[in-house]
Amino acid sequence: MTVQIDVKGPAEQADQGGGKGSGKPPRIQPAGGKDRVFSPVNVFSHTVLIAWSILVVVPFLWALIASVKSTGEIFGDNPWALPKELLWSNFSKAWDKGVGDYLFNSVVVVTGGVFGTMLFGSMVAYVLARYEFPGNRFIYYLFAAGMMFPTFLAIVPLFFVVKGFDMVSTYQGLILVYIAYSLPFTVFFMHAFFRTLPTSIAEAALVDGASHATTFFRVMLPMAKPGLISVGIFNVLGQFNQFVLPSFLSPEKPVLSQGIATLLGSQRYENDWGTLFAALTIAMVPVIVVYLIFYRQVQAGLTGATLK
Amino acid sequence: MRHGSYRFVASFLAIPLALYAIFVISPFAQAFYYSLTDWTGISPKFEFVGLENFKTLTRDAVFRTALGNNVVLLIGVPLITILLALTFAYLLNVGGRANSAGVQGVRGNGFYKLAFFFPQVLSVPVIAVIWSVVMNSTDNGLANSVTRRLGLGSSEYLASPDLALYCVMWVMIWGSVGFYLVLFNAAMSGIPKDIFEAAIIDGAGRAATFFRITLPLLWDTIQTAWVYLAILALDAYALVAVMTAGPGGPDNSTQVMGLQIADNGFQYGRAGYASAMGVVLFFLTLIIAAIMLRATRRDRIEY
Repeated sequence: MTVQIDVKGPAEQADQGGGKGSGKPPRIQPAGGKDRVFSPVNVFSHTVLIAWSILVVVPFLWALIASVKSTGEIFGDNPWALPKELLWSNFSKAWDKGVGDYLFNSVVVVTGGVFGTMLFGSMVAYVLARYEFPGNRFIYYLFAAGMMFPTFLAIVPLFFVVKGFDMVSTYQGLILVYIAYSLPFTVFFMHAFFRTLPTSIAEAALVDGASHATTFFRVMLPMAKPGLISVGIFNVLGQFNQFVLPSFLSPEKPVLSQGIATLLGSQRYENDWGTLFAALTIAMVPVIVVYLIFYRQVQAGLTGATLK
Repeated sequence: MRHGSYRFVASFLAIPLALYAIFVISPFAQAFYYSLTDWTGISPKFEFVGLENFKTLTRDAVFRTALGNNVVLLIGVPLITILLALTFAYLLNVGGRANSAGVQGVRGNGFYKLAFFFPQVLSVPVIAVIWSVVMNSTDNGLANSVTRRLGLGSSEYLASPDLALYCVMWVMIWGSVGFYLVLFNAAMSGIPKDIFEAAIIDGAGRAATFFRITLPLLWDTIQTAWVYLAILALDAYALVAVMTAGPGGPDNSTQVMGLQIADNGFQYGRAGYASAMGVVLFFLTLIIAAIMLRATRRDRIEY
């Protein structure tokens, strides 16, 4: 995509930045003076940014609206038209097609998975961040390396490991696997967080006679709450959206993202697209709500690890 | 180290380490071992065949296609994503007003970050389903209805062997730009303001500030972004499996390594062979990470 902009006005210095802005040094103005709101650079920036926002938001809005349309309206002469009547029955049809079960499976697995991940992840991170013992560094790097492994290298043997425990298509199988695969990031993130907490409080608790475990659960964990929230939301979204692991490890008990993919396959023959979009909406709405409430933590959690 | 703390450390590490060893470490290790066998995945018996699987791989036309497609994604996805994300992050940061306090961010900064980032929080199947319907190859598909109105005619998108891979690439880029925008934006805000102020007093314009100050100081982050995007491009399984019928697209035009591993491992009963593909994928990831980190190595700037 190349966007050309004609920068007119007093700034006519040639700009090599491909229209990224005028090369003009900013005018020094008195503090509190009126700002130039409509500079060409500003208008250009907004145009480009709004264009991309539209490109991102429109497909979702269109999908949300399509969830109350009939197939004829979705692929009619004008796919942009608003629905004549709102077909809420799409949602009950989607629910009957198994979306209710998929959602339930997802909720059970994510609840167990996130709880286990947060508990075990912070336990490991705490011990690694606060205690010196032989092998500390080794265990830390073992977990950190887990973030770089391509899941596909492990997927075939992993299936047989899970099968060996007789846990294919079971909740406990998925929960344990989710925990194991979420540990690297959680440990990495919480490790950094525990390092920033002051040592004096933990030491005071230990001097007062609290055991190491009590100190962790009663003193350190509550202090780590902001970190726990960030990484917790990250894990909720990550596990709720997990697709590759359940597709292979839980073929008989599909989670929501997996069920959506299956539904698309069957719609190619059944031609009932309104139902598919209703299912999509059921899958999207919880995520949208979580995102809108916590988007600062989501962005902080996701970018936090990469920036370190 | 007080008395009793070893026991405490061990008790805290035992269960998580066991889980990690069983479900993460051991499958990875096993994959290397199985790659040297003719294991079917069904029968418990298998023979050690040495490098036979890897020799077969070099003659496997479908795998070569898959590898080639992954390479196309590997080049296109990071390059375009980073360029777009950098441009947007820069516009967000300096597209605003210019006054004595220097150049400022655009208004609605928060809204843009909220909107751009959004695809990142949805699951790949959701995104794949939406885009596969948007790119419906009939005249009444959403994308076609727009291009027809603009007088550009219609395209077959995912049904066309020439276009399908680029459609997948587009969805990947579209989904990733927001994340890297936020990442670059966070890195840009981490640069101390006085560096910019000093440059502006010295007469540097927006372009000069960007190329001489922002870009060099962002180098570390860009490097990290590149490695992560390369890993993403080497995967591509979920998008291809959901978006393109087949799956693998018309004429294997969207075939990727992940899909080949899944097919061989779970459908054709060639688990050993699939493991060999996994090993190739692993070393490819490693090599790319090493090359990227070396090629873009600069002196680290502390501030």
